Amino acid sequence: MTETLDHDIPSFPMARACPMHPPAEYRELRGREPVSRVRMPDGQVAWLVTKHELARKLLADPRVSADRLHPAFPGRLTAEQRAATERVRRLSTRRSMIHLDGAEHGAHRKILTGEFSLRRIAALRPRVQEIVDRSIDEMLAAPQPADLVEHVSQAVPSLVICELLGVPHEQRRDFHEWAGMLVSRSVSIRERAAASDALNDFLEDLVTEKERGEPTDDLIGRLIARNRQTPVMTHDEIVGTAVMLLIAGHQTTANMISLGVVALLENPEHRARIAADPSLLPPAIEEMLRYFSVVENAPARVATEDIEIGGVTIRKDEGIVVSGLAADWDDEVFDHPDRLDFERGARHHVAFGYGVHQCLGQNLARVELEVVFETLLRRVPGLSLAVPAEELPYKDDAGIYGIYRVPVNC
Amino acid sequence: MHITADRERCVGAAQCVLAAPAVFDQDEEGLVAPLTVDPAGADGPAVRQAVHLCPSSALRIDEE
Ligand code: SF4
Repeated sequence: MTETLDHDIPSFPMARACPMHPPAEYRELRGREPVSRVRMPDGQVAWLVTKHELARKLLADPRVSADRLHPAFPGRLTAEQRAATERVRRLSTRRSMIHLDGAEHGAHRKILTGEFSLRRIAALRPRVQEIVDRSIDEMLAAPQPADLVEHVSQAVPSLVICELLGVPHEQRRDFHEWAGMLVSRSVSIRERAAASDALNDFLEDLVTEKERGEPTDDLIGRLIARNRQTPVMTHDEIVGTAVMLLIAGHQTTANMISLGVVALLENPEHRARIAADPSLLPPAIEEMLRYFSVVENAPARVATEDIEIGGVTIRKDEGIVVSGLAADWDDEVFDHPDRLDFERGARHHVAFGYGVHQCLGQNLARVELEVVFETLLRRVPGLSLAVPAEELPYKDDAGIYGIYRVPVNC
Repeated sequence: MHITADRERCVGAAQCVLAAPAVFDQDEEGLVAPLTVDPAGADGPAVRQAVHLCPSSALRIDEE
């Protein structure tokens, strides 16, 4: 990158004026300069993509790399934050398929795809239902107002991942606690680093144990068995994959549950219609996924060749941030994007990304969201927010958008 | 309408199965396994949506 001191380059991320809407700049940029320059928190300049069509094009382009260790990879942390959270970062930089490109990525992904087929996920549904029911029981038994995030949004995805990965029952509480600390604002960086280390060690031990013993019938167990037949991953990469699945499936789904519940509660008419006819839920969920697009800037890439796109040339070794949120609010693709329209067919949103890295767990996320929303509407018809929606603590400072706490009366 | 599904490119996101369950399925490995490569005319819009949604350009249709 050649330019050094250009003060006209806007900083990324941009602030939201309203917690439910993307930053206003996205709209303006999309019209004027859909591939534009932004300055990342660490001072590096990267390209920001705000148009749906171009986002899809770039994410499907083989000339972009997902290698997070590349020096130009757009990072969201300042240099200081980076140093302070170095140990936490270990969690996200351990090699797994989300960092890999080309044939290597393909091999890593293929060894996992069978685990996430629609049939496999459908078979998990009864267990998801039990987990959701138990979480709601706990929320109902808690002092009111109860925190939806603690009892449902965090608990459900965490327990589902335990189930999937084959975390033994006795250890689930610890696991859940560490996972919760990684995303909590109320713990210090030091505590978070400790939780991250504990989780890493825990998954390391879990994988080692499963490698030694008889094959277990869970995702890690089957992965180890398959990897023995056709070796694709090292021991370290299996651990990295377990960590990646935990992180990817935890925060994202948790925040979508919180935001989705608020969206339902704030739209009483729709809520009543969906409660009366749960078959309206799947399209409503696609719309929530589009509207919130919580993984706002995770689809970051680095160009491996010069790429001409949207009237500019992205040079080799320049960083790119593809904002799924900006793309999913493109009014050329979604009419009145600011309208939460539960009946618009929004299936072509890019909330799960696009291209070969598109979220592998997306159908599991869909099942979790469906079961949570359906069960909450059925079992807790009197559910209401204990504070006005505008006053909830939104995660303006987090890489994945969401809400820290959602006090509800049941 | 004739469908070509490239299993080498498929990344198993099942967007095609969700869009056109009468035409697409997944095998044990989670990769696309079309139930038919010459779907009936009525499936056309769903198949076109599947092609549009597929994240890895693994699907192609030749209209005839
Ligand atoms: S949508 Fe594309 S990538 Fe996904 S399963 Fe179907 S063919 Fe494979």
